[in-house]
Amino acid sequence: MKIVIIDYGAGNIQSIKFAIQRLGFEAILSSDVEEIKSADKVIFPGVGEASSAMKMLVASGLNVLIPELKQPVLGICLGMQLMCNYCEEGDTQGLGIFNTDVVRFNHGVKVPQIGWNQISELNSALFEGIDENEYMYLVHSYYAPVCKETIAVSDYGLAYSNALEKDNFYGVQFHPEKSSIAGEKLLQNFLAL
Amino acid sequence: MLTKRIIPCLDIKNGRTVKGVNFVNLRDAGDPVELAKAYAQKGADELVFLDISATEERRKTLTKLVLDVAAQVNIPFTVGGGISSIEDVDILLKCGADKVSINSSAVKRPDLINELSGKFGNQCIVVAIDAKQVNDHWKVHLVGGKVPTELDLFEWAKEVEERGAGEILFTSMDNDGTKDGFANEALSKLSSELNIPIIASGGAGNMQHFVDTFKKGKADAALAASVFHFKEIEINDLKQELRNHDIPVRL
Repeated sequence: MKIVIIDYGAGNIQSIKFAIQRLGFEAILSSDVEEIKSADKVIFPGVGEASSAMKMLVASGLNVLIPELKQPVLGICLGMQLMCNYCEEGDTQGLGIFNTDVVRFNHGVKVPQIGWNQISELNSALFEGIDENEYMYLVHSYYAPVCKETIAVSDYGLAYSNALEKDNFYGVQFHPEKSSIAGEKLLQNFLAL
Repeated sequence: MLTKRIIPCLDIKNGRTVKGVNFVNLRDAGDPVELAKAYAQKGADELVFLDISATEERRKTLTKLVLDVAAQVNIPFTVGGGISSIEDVDILLKCGADKVSINSSAVKRPDLINELSGKFGNQCIVVAIDAKQVNDHWKVHLVGGKVPTELDLFEWAKEVEERGAGEILFTSMDNDGTKDGFANEALSKLSSELNIPIIASGGAGNMQHFVDTFKKGKADAALAASVFHFKEIEINDLKQELRNHDIPVRL
């Protein structure tokens, strides 16, 4: 199986590569269009600020490539957010895969949300064998509200989408690569899709 | 619901854990990677590695350690100690650290906080603040509490937040090592005045101290070293006790 982690200069991709290694697979880091196209599974990571990450995607033409991919694609954290229509952070136009905007937590909670939160209303093959109310590790200041494409909900003073799915596209706000055994299970499920 | 975090802290010197660590079933208790794996399995929510080495080799040794931890440990970790530049942070994050913690370098040059959070995002910038009370005023100290500054804890913390820190690790030098509990009054004030998470550090001696720091101190996370290293408190037992007090934990 050919697993490609999109390397566009954003964030902590080493950790994802290591997590996949722990599952017994090797992932390639690449920003090459042909390499990404030919992968069986594509992981779209992202940590940092939305508008500068989007600029890097545009600069390498990946903003056009990603929405056209046909194989399973998993966006993680900022990767998931960039797959949405619009990110309030940096007034950023997203890739428009998930039909929702991403907005800032602004209701009297501490920002960023840092730590382990529970996921519920799980509704995807991605969560096969993962219990309702399992804990996942998150670090984020912006969130996708609950929408039609929501496949996991979390509560941080309000209910929001912790995972999204549309066709071959999956997005998780949490960091499966840092979420202990439950996170490894999720990555394993994605690789088995 | 977001849970309260329990964070063991490992002091590192030349790539090895210092302070006696009393762990059974470890091939090598001085090996930070082995220890980190053990803590992850025991239910720690995060780990902090504090590098106290002062050799010229330190950056190389620390980089290797971070790579090894990232390869083998499946929970988040923060690296601190002697970090003073964008280049320092860049290499640690690239090797797999989730967050970095800065302390003295931020006091000496506060713009560093803006530069780091601007470049890497505030989510990975922890500012550690050591403080103790001088004439009833909480004053920021450097070099493990040895060097006092003129900075007021609460003013400095506010400035740190405004400059873009994602989190504050507050150590009370009055409580550190006493095993008498955390500085909950100061913690609670920090937590209500600031809108970023606060990690409590210094003073953990028993499980009730953790209950108190979450309830009275309103801390978002609690960090400790010796009570975990010497197995005076098992993380699993601690979390059960916290849950018995209706404090949300990952268990």
